[in-house]
Amino acid sequence: MIKKKPKYGLLIDYEYCTGCHTCELACAQEYKHQPGVRGIKVFEVEQKLPNGSAYLTYFPFPTEVCILCPHLTKKGLEPACVKHCMAACMKYGRIEDLAVEIKKPRMVLWSGKQ
Amino acid sequence: MAGSKAKPRSSDTEIIQTTSWSAGPGCHGTCGVLAHVKNGKLTKIEGDPDHPFNQGRLCARCLAMTQYVYHPDRLTRPLKRIGERGEGKWQEISWEEAFDWIEKRMDRIRKDYGPESVIFSMGTGRDISPWLCMLAYAYGSPNVVFALSGNACYSPRIAAVETVLGDYCVPDAAQWLEKRYDDPKYRLPKCIIIWGYNIPNTCPDNIFGHWFIDLMKRGTEIVCIDPRMTWFSSRAKHWLRLRPGTDGALAMGFLNAIINESVFDREFVEKWTNAPFLIRTDSGKLLRESDIRTDGKPENFIVWDSSKKEPVVWESNRAAYRPGTCKPALHGNHTIVLKDGEKVVCKTVWDGFCEEVNKYPLDRVSEITGIPKKKIHAAAHFFAECKPSSIHWGLPIDSTPGITPTAQAITALWCLTGNLEVPGGNIIARNAFECVSYALPGAEGVIKLASKEADQKRISTDKYGPFRKFIWRAQTDTVLDQIFTEKPYPIKAIWMQTGNLIAGIGFEPKKWVEALKKLDFIAAVDLFMTPTTQLADIVLPAASFLEKDGVRSWWVPLQTINKAISVEGCKPDVEINFELARRFDPNLRWKSVEELFDNILQKSGMSFKELQKKKWALPPEGNPSAPYRRHEKGLLRKDGRPGFETPSGKVELYSSLREEWGLEPLPHYEEPPFTPVSRPDLAKEYPLILSTGRRSFAYFNAEHRMIPWLRELDPNPIVEIHPDTAKSLNVGDGEWVWVENWLGRQRFKAKLTLAVLPQMVMAAHGWWFPEEEGAEPSLFGAWKSNINQLIPMGSQGKDGLGAPIKNLLCKVYKV
Repeated sequence: MIKKKPKYGLLIDYEYCTGCHTCELACAQEYKHQPGVRGIKVFEVEQKLPNGSAYLTYFPFPTEVCILCPHLTKKGLEPACVKHCMAACMKYGRIEDLAVEIKKPRMVLWSGKQ
Repeated sequence: MAGSKAKPRSSDTEIIQTTSWSAGPGCHGTCGVLAHVKNGKLTKIEGDPDHPFNQGRLCARCLAMTQYVYHPDRLTRPLKRIGERGEGKWQEISWEEAFDWIEKRMDRIRKDYGPESVIFSMGTGRDISPWLCMLAYAYGSPNVVFALSGNACYSPRIAAVETVLGDYCVPDAAQWLEKRYDDPKYRLPKCIIIWGYNIPNTCPDNIFGHWFIDLMKRGTEIVCIDPRMTWFSSRAKHWLRLRPGTDGALAMGFLNAIINESVFDREFVEKWTNAPFLIRTDSGKLLRESDIRTDGKPENFIVWDSSKKEPVVWESNRAAYRPGTCKPALHGNHTIVLKDGEKVVCKTVWDGFCEEVNKYPLDRVSEITGIPKKKIHAAAHFFAECKPSSIHWGLPIDSTPGITPTAQAITALWCLTGNLEVPGGNIIARNAFECVSYALPGAEGVIKLASKEADQKRISTDKYGPFRKFIWRAQTDTVLDQIFTEKPYPIKAIWMQTGNLIAGIGFEPKKWVEALKKLDFIAAVDLFMTPTTQLADIVLPAASFLEKDGVRSWWVPLQTINKAISVEGCKPDVEINFELARRFDPNLRWKSVEELFDNILQKSGMSFKELQKKKWALPPEGNPSAPYRRHEKGLLRKDGRPGFETPSGKVELYSSLREEWGLEPLPHYEEPPFTPVSRPDLAKEYPLILSTGRRSFAYFNAEHRMIPWLRELDPNPIVEIHPDTAKSLNVGDGEWVWVENWLGRQRFKAKLTLAVLPQMVMAAHGWWFPEEEGAEPSLFGAWKSNINQLIPMGSQGKDGLGAPIKNLLCKVYKV
């Protein structure tokens, strides 16, 4: 069944995610979540490269719990994770607007549940 | 509520702007925060978008503050021991009783043994260091101790750079400019060397780690020097993966590549460094005016004028040649007639410096560090040829007894490449508006000992030059020894604040327990009960940064900490120490804490209240604490002449101070004392290099293990092992292992990761378990996963600085 077409999302420039986990704490604080419950979670990916070295990537993944902080965005504020991101690597907005901003490699556009 | 108030977002919530420093996030950052307070309670904390330091961003530790301030384990009453030390039996007493009892006990000790018999111990002191000094000095003791072996966190680097430059330096991320990166005065560094720092996990030394990410987004390229794969190393243009502890050799290799291929700034070397000074080849020491003239001064030096072919005097106190013009020779041997008519052959400092550097051809450096020669060469050239470039370095530089010669070499790198005091380079860092609260390396504060005589009993000043010149602490390893030997005088008591000696900062912590138990009196100030406070006779409950007023002048900006909330029963460190200082010294200079703050801020021309209204201030151009090119403008020296605040007024590539202290004056490499190279005998039994001290994104050193949101992020003490090594040890990911060396063994959870070299392991530090039994013998599990048990005390460098923290040996096997 096709659900309502999502309007808003997060553009994540994961090249610059440093794995600081600020987004997770910002989310926990905003919703007073119990430990274990997070709207966003940062994953660490160690990838071996063909030349024998390796590459470290962090990826902030919005989870099932994420509702994109409507109580903040309605007031024109940013979602808690976006606001506090130390690397400023996430952006909230309309999906169409965000899509235009994909001008470099290593970005992901996530369509949120509202 | 004294804090600056922002516009409330809803009628019943007040938003108070303040500065995060110290108890709470724990770090050394200085982020602007907005505390949301409802009915006197903190409901939420946010980054202040108008603050130039963090621009609205905030880290995990600060965002956990609601769990921190209202944690059920917070200490909220003074506790007096009623059982044996460590037995965990306490009686709640009032603040008045606590102050009276401490005053009585410490007065007695002062009468019987003298004030120097009491040690005032800190960990990473943060905004509390000045108040600790205030208390110690009011009591009359010069013995303030930073309890890490070899004082091996930051102050060795500061002292080393001061030795060369007379000031300290940090990389320029436009932190002095309100518009930051967009200010037209700023230039983006084309290259930054990130030397031994996983910056995103911490905001070290008043640098916001993510500034470097801001710069990378704008185009800065990174040279990453780190044995561990980090976020930076993966994104670096050049990653030099060195054997832990060989940073000094690599720095010498860089100098070699840069000097021998002439990609250095010759004009800077000739004009601003002591490269032309002459060194006597008979004694190996600097030729001084007093060597060649009976009325000559020993503080003046001699150069060879290449046009007049004669020696010329450099007058250090005028920072000028006598007579005014001189074309000093950078090279060559010159025969000088001494005052007694004898002749001595002299060489230039520059030739001597190059001779030392030439001992490190890249083949040799490659062999020592394990980095391919081509990579070293390419990275050195990239750094030297990019203009501007800067270097940001981390704790691994302090983590070797050879810290000072290593830091001398690295300092020479940013000087010789013309990157000193230029926009986007390495900038001389002074406290904002030169407001200094207490004696930091190289700076005198308003909080000081009553007299120079009172300082004469400071432990270790007789042994270590830097402790007489730059570092106003007692040397830590010597203090521990003296507690046992009682020579030259006995230590009777300790005051511990901002540090967790047993689980956080003390190496061979069982020795520290034994030392503590020898003392007549132990007072501790903390926010939570820790393995260390468990051993005290009295524990005082301190406040977090949200619960107090304060000032901050460390580099920039100048700002206030503004009280947002109160937690009943807890007192700010400054108030605790002020009350006792007032009791110990009836002539204390300040009548109130606010008067003390005003005094600290005096040079800014603002009072505490005025600064509080302004929120923060950056020193304007022309102020000695604001860049750029201050050595050219005469802003660094007290006499207003161009030059530096060194003994000669020059950048001392050859350190006259080190010469005076009987230490090697030139940079060089010293192999750390416990490596497979220096101790092949030990390496047979303990074949892996043991590193520790890497930062966790969730914790500041030994703090925060009790904060649920943070503990969830990093729940176990981890040892990082390369998958190939783990395979040979038959260790699987997540399995518990023993990490063992000649000092003991501790349990860690194995994380199999490509982040570490196969020949090393990286064990997390600062681990104890607040959820476990506090009383001895458990001490909150302080003897389970405490890597400090495997690190020796007493391995400090020849100048009392540095300790082998990241370059030890161990073996690993399954539990």
